Amino acid sequence: MTARDSTSAGAWPGVVWALERDVRLALRSKAELGVQLLFYVIVVTLFPLGVGAEPALLRALGPGVLWVAALLASLLSLPRLFGSDFADGTLEQIALSPYPLPALISGKIVAHWLTTGAPLAVLSPFLALQFGLDWSESAALLAGLLLGTPTLSLLGAVGAALTLGLRAGGALLALLTLPLYIPILIFGASAVGATHAGLGAGGEFSILGAALLASAVGAPMACAAAVRIALD
Amino acid sequence: MTSINWARYASPVSFFPLATRLARGFGFAAAALAIVGLWLGLVVAPTDAQQGDAYRIIFIHVPAAWMSMFLYAVMAAWCAVSLALNARLSAMMAQALAPTGALFTAIALWTGALWGRPAWGTYWAWDARMTSELILLFLYFGYMALRHAIDDPRRADRASAVLALVGVVNLPIIYFSVKWWNTLHQGASVSLTSAPKMAAIMLIGMLVMAFAAWFYAIAVTLTRVRAIILERERRAGWIGDLAGAAR
Repeated sequence: MTARDSTSAGAWPGVVWALERDVRLALRSKAELGVQLLFYVIVVTLFPLGVGAEPALLRALGPGVLWVAALLASLLSLPRLFGSDFADGTLEQIALSPYPLPALISGKIVAHWLTTGAPLAVLSPFLALQFGLDWSESAALLAGLLLGTPTLSLLGAVGAALTLGLRAGGALLALLTLPLYIPILIFGASAVGATHAGLGAGGEFSILGAALLASAVGAPMACAAAVRIALD
Repeated sequence: MTSINWARYASPVSFFPLATRLARGFGFAAAALAIVGLWLGLVVAPTDAQQGDAYRIIFIHVPAAWMSMFLYAVMAAWCAVSLALNARLSAMMAQALAPTGALFTAIALWTGALWGRPAWGTYWAWDARMTSELILLFLYFGYMALRHAIDDPRRADRASAVLALVGVVNLPIIYFSVKWWNTLHQGASVSLTSAPKMAAIMLIGMLVMAFAAWFYAIAVTLTRVRAIILERERRAGWIGDLAGAAR
């Protein structure tokens, strides 16, 4: 019986470990999660106040506004993905552990999505009522957000890792990440628009799914490279 | 050709004199081509049947747009080399390319807007090319901002290299997503996706200007990389010798 190589450990246990840890830590500060959802609600409420409450206009704007606000709320929550671990040295220990770093980062990203993107997506059909979207449009919005917000977490994690510990932090993160978010925004919003027009949103959902799969494969590795660069 | 040891130019001290010579040569070539190209475009080429003389901005606009995309690809290639080989001169080349690429992107957007007013009646339309060119400008700015935000030069090299590579993968995706978005919400009355069939002289003028822009980009990038080398390697002994010889 060959001895187990002690310098490396399996990927899946690493994912599970990181996921459990991050969800447990996030649930300890439920107020922080509540604040992020509240930010989403407030931003969504600002738009009708800004452009006027005419129902037809709101129906046209609704999907775009809900998606943009989801992007911004996602952006706001990104620094905490690596921030506190970096500040107290845990991230360095994570990088040194025998688990593959991309696996551990995948776990962190899934935990981030569960505590940020998923609640946001679940909340959106209720906010869609403010814009007068009907049942099928809200369903398309919900499905699009459920498909799209994991991708936002994945791409945002790369940006968060690149800007770890920098002074310019938040605004720089927005500048780096928002151009990468744009395709998700476009397809997510036009999925609702297509449903409104009576065409199917199958094409948009397919592309959102493809983007999710591609970033699920690529982003953890890019993120691991960025984390190692930040830790040097 | 086989007797040249190309690998020695990966060292800043060997590359520096080569960059000096090349920059001078490409600079003169760029100036000559620009004079020829502008003469062809502004003097020789005939007035367009539909747009009058307003179309002549194409001789700046199209080469600038081509270079903006080409330079991003070249920058990403140097970033890949710098990450793969851990070579700092490759990262310096990428650092030198970014401002020129951003400048060409800005020129393309600006001249495009100036052309749009007489041609379509509006400075801006959310066309696929235009919108993705704007996002390309943001990608350049993001690269330069990230580099600027990190103090340690080697960490800045690596972080911005990762960013540039993620951006280059995303660039075609951005273009196609905006194209789909635009055709889905087709409300604009203009279509500029079909290139006008050009008189041969117009095409030649545009190609000459494209080469002029390319050689200009090479000359300026090499000049900038010389400055970057001097700044980043300032504690190296060979720079002191260089300054001494220049005196």
